[in-house]
Order: sequence, then C-alpha cells, then structure tokens
Amino acid sequence: MKRISLWFGLVAAVTFCAGPFVWQMITSLRPESDLLNLGLPSTLTLESYVGAFHGRPFGHVIVNSVIVAVVTTLFCLAVGASAAFALAKLDFRGRKALLFGSLAVSMFPPIATVSPLYLIIRSVGLLDHLTGLIIPDTTFALPLTLWILTGFFEDIPDELYRAARVDGCTPFQAFWKVLLPLAAPGLATTAILVFIFSWNEFLYALTFISTPEKRTIPVAISLFTGEHKEPWGEIAAASVIATLPLLIVTMFFQRKIVAGLTAGAVKG
Amino acid sequence: MVAPAVVILLVVAFYPIVATMWLSLHRMILVFHEEQFIGLGNYAFLLSDPRFWSALRNTAYFAAVAVAIELVLGLGFALLLNAAFPGRSLLRASILIPWAIPTVVSAKLWAWLFNPEYGLLTRMLPGQDVNWLGMPGYAMHAAILVDVWKTTPFVALLLLAGLQTIPQDIYKAAQVDGAGTLRQFFSITLPLLRNTIVVTLIFRTLDASRVFDAVYVLTEGGPANTTETLSIYAYKTLMRVGDFGYGSTLSVVTFLCVMGISLGYLKVLGVERGKGRA
Repeated sequence: MKRISLWFGLVAAVTFCAGPFVWQMITSLRPESDLLNLGLPSTLTLESYVGAFHGRPFGHVIVNSVIVAVVTTLFCLAVGASAAFALAKLDFRGRKALLFGSLAVSMFPPIATVSPLYLIIRSVGLLDHLTGLIIPDTTFALPLTLWILTGFFEDIPDELYRAARVDGCTPFQAFWKVLLPLAAPGLATTAILVFIFSWNEFLYALTFISTPEKRTIPVAISLFTGEHKEPWGEIAAASVIATLPLLIVTMFFQRKIVAGLTAGAVKG
Repeated sequence: MVAPAVVILLVVAFYPIVATMWLSLHRMILVFHEEQFIGLGNYAFLLSDPRFWSALRNTAYFAAVAVAIELVLGLGFALLLNAAFPGRSLLRASILIPWAIPTVVSAKLWAWLFNPEYGLLTRMLPGQDVNWLGMPGYAMHAAILVDVWKTTPFVALLLLAGLQTIPQDIYKAAQVDGAGTLRQFFSITLPLLRNTIVVTLIFRTLDASRVFDAVYVLTEGGPANTTETLSIYAYKTLMRVGDFGYGSTLSVVTFLCVMGISLGYLKVLGVERGKGRA
C-alpha cells in the first residue's frame, strides 16, 4: 500500500513538472497543419525551428543573450570573489554593513530601481546597448554571488590563510594563490547560478533595450509575433532553443546547483 | 578588496532606490520634458486611485494563494524525494525542469496550454469553453498555477535540505514507541522543519509580491486589470504612459510593501538567526 502511494506520488510529480515542457517540445516538432491535434504528431518536422529564425533577428538575439550572460557571470565572479574572501577571512570595518547591505539588495523589487536607472543609462548614452544591461544585471546578481562564495571561503580552514601569511604572502597573494584555487567548486556553482539568472532576466532587458536586433532571448520570445496570429509552433521552437542549454547544465550540475541554492537559505 | 562590490551596490542599487523616492515627489512626464516638485502630491493621488488598490489586492491575493499552495505541494515533493527508492537522482533532475526554464518561456508555454481553441489544458478540463486567460476570475488563477509550477521545485529543494538535517534515530525511536506515520509527521517532521519553512516562506513571499515577468507575459495584467500586480501597474505607468513621477511612486510603494514583509519575517525569525551568516 505504502509503495503504491509512493509510486503514484512519483508519477504525479514527474508528470506535473516535466509534462508541460515535454508538450512544448512536441509542439515545436509538429507540422503547422498538425498544431490542433492533441495526440502524438503524425510526422516530426523542424519547420518551426527554421521559421523561428525566418524574418526575425533571432540569431542576433541568441548571441546577445550569450554575451550578456557570460560577461555578467565574469564580472560577478571577479568582483564577488575578492569581496567574499574579505568577508569570510578578514576583519574590517563595515563587514556587517556589507553583508546586510547585499542582503537588502537581494530583496529589492527590480521595478523600484527602473526609473532612475533608465534616466542614468539614457544620460550616459547606454540605452539600447548591451553594456547598459550588463551593469544592472551584475549588480543584482552580486548578492547571490557574495552569499554563496562567502560560505565557500568560510569552509576553507583559517589555518591555510594564516600559514600563507606567515610564509610572507600579502592578504591578496594569499587569496589569489592559496584560497581562490580551493574555492574553485564554489566559483563553478556561482557561475552556473549567475549565468541562469542573467539568461532569464526580463524587466531590465525589456526596459533598456528597444531595437529588435539588440534584444535578449526572454524579451524576444515575449514579443514573438506573426502576421496574423501568434505563431505557436515557432514560439515553442524558440522556447526549446532558449531552454535546452539551461536544462543540460542543470541536469549535469544538479548537485552543485542544489547545494548552491540551499546554502544561503538553510545553513544560516 | 571589497571596494568594487561596495561601489557597485551603492551606485547601481542603493542610489536608484533613493532616486526613485526623490522622483516620486515630482510631476514628471518624460515626453513633455517637464519636471516639477510637488511634494506628496503623487501619494495623495495614489490613495484615491482605485487602480492602485486593485493592484495591491491582486498582488496580495497572488502572493498568499501561490505561496500557500507551493508550500504544501513543495513539502509533498520533498517528502517524496526524501524517501529511498531506485532512480531518486533522476526524479530530482526531472523536478528541477520548471526551475531551470526561463520565466518568460514558462509563461508562454502555459499560455499555449491555456489557449482557448487549441490548448491541451483547455480541452482536457471540463467546461471547454472557458477562456482561462481572457476571463476575469480565471486569469488570476491561471497566473497562480504558472507560478506554482515554476517555483514548487525550489520550495521542495529548500525543504528537502531541511528534512535531511533531521536525524533518522528520532524516527526509529518514535517507531519503537508506536507512533504511526502521521503522528511522526506532525510531532517530529513539522516542528523540526519549522525554521526551514519560515525561511522558505520569506523567500517565496518576497518573490511573489514583486512578481512581474510571469504575469506580464501571460496576461499583461488583463483581462480588465484583474491580474495587474503592483509591479505591472508601475511598469505600465513608467514605460507606456511615460509618467515617471507617479510610476516612481508606485515603485516606492511596491518597495515598501516588500521591505515591510521582509522586516516582519526577520523579526519573527530574528531570535533564532542571531548567529552565523547574515
């Protein structure tokens, strides 16, 4: 009895979670004439995938998203790693303030920063530039970065840091030569989460970018239109393209992601 | 070494919040190049703006119902994941799917399922003529379903982490004492999971009360503004109407609501979380 209800629960959970996306994949592979069909497709075709690029700058859009996500991730790691090291290993004035400050930023609703950021970005001429998107993305992924990396640096024994200092390293050398290599798994986890965050970011991309060629994937998908009606097959194809890289990364690094997600929330 | 992080947070996060508050005290329509200090004028207007009150109600309803369902469902998933069975990591991977999907994609994916003519869901559910996204009363619940689908995995993972910190010996002892499964759940699991549950509630309530992407892409706040949340109303006022003064006022109020919720939770939680990482 207990086994049966367990298996029933499992099947229900998997169907609920995976079902809608599986349906989206099926939709993306249907011929257009078959879109109304509720059963399995009569034939599989890639015409929706071809259509997603046809007459739209979807290729540009993918490149933009890759640039924004990669650069944001690199910035976050560069700025976040040294700060997290200092937060974990050094005693300095304002340490608490920085921790609470970044916690507060993670609670900000993005909309509350949109109006002045729009005016600032416009006044420095970065409206409609990917740079004007990367900067706010980096800022709002920074709390997450600090959170996870500080935890990783805290888990590295203090003795290692002190030994490096005794051997004549400056704090920065100790960080760069000894602690940073040891924190590599933490850097990888952070990189994955920040990448996913900026790949998904929607509000700033919608607000600060207006040219179709400069858009990122979420905005492009939200504004996918056809001449007469919504091109559901092409939307499905674009959705699969936007999601598959993330799904592969998630499946592959599942354990790291779960560890990163739960580190800040539960450990404290 | 912390200087770059501090500078970025101050310039790109804290300064804009203060600037939004300052803008909210102005009359400022972007296209007319007019900017005039009007003190609390926008706030006075806000109090008598029925659309604001309905956005506030919508946001509260969305957050309360979505988070409640996510918590119960997430706990169910977590208990499943905590049970021992072959292929557990496969299950864990498959429930992560909704979490890994970009929010906009999940909104579009559900819009297709809810499509009034061809949608799988519309045709499977009884009452086939329901236009889920086009009918007031239905659209909000469709939006809640999308949020539940998207974030239940995250809730489940947090709760699972909490479950795994409970020592198994306690259950064995309870079994020896003759406690049944239900009794064990209510007397051991729930009390020991309390902190994790509260933390999860904070995360999810915060996120749900600033919701934008999912609902905006699904319904744009319609039909008849019945799914318009505070963030959506603020966004439309800012970027569609170009009213930066009143739009900023709505943003500030959204910010205050979110901060109020966090402070409330932190106060409840404060005593137990005095130590460790902030």
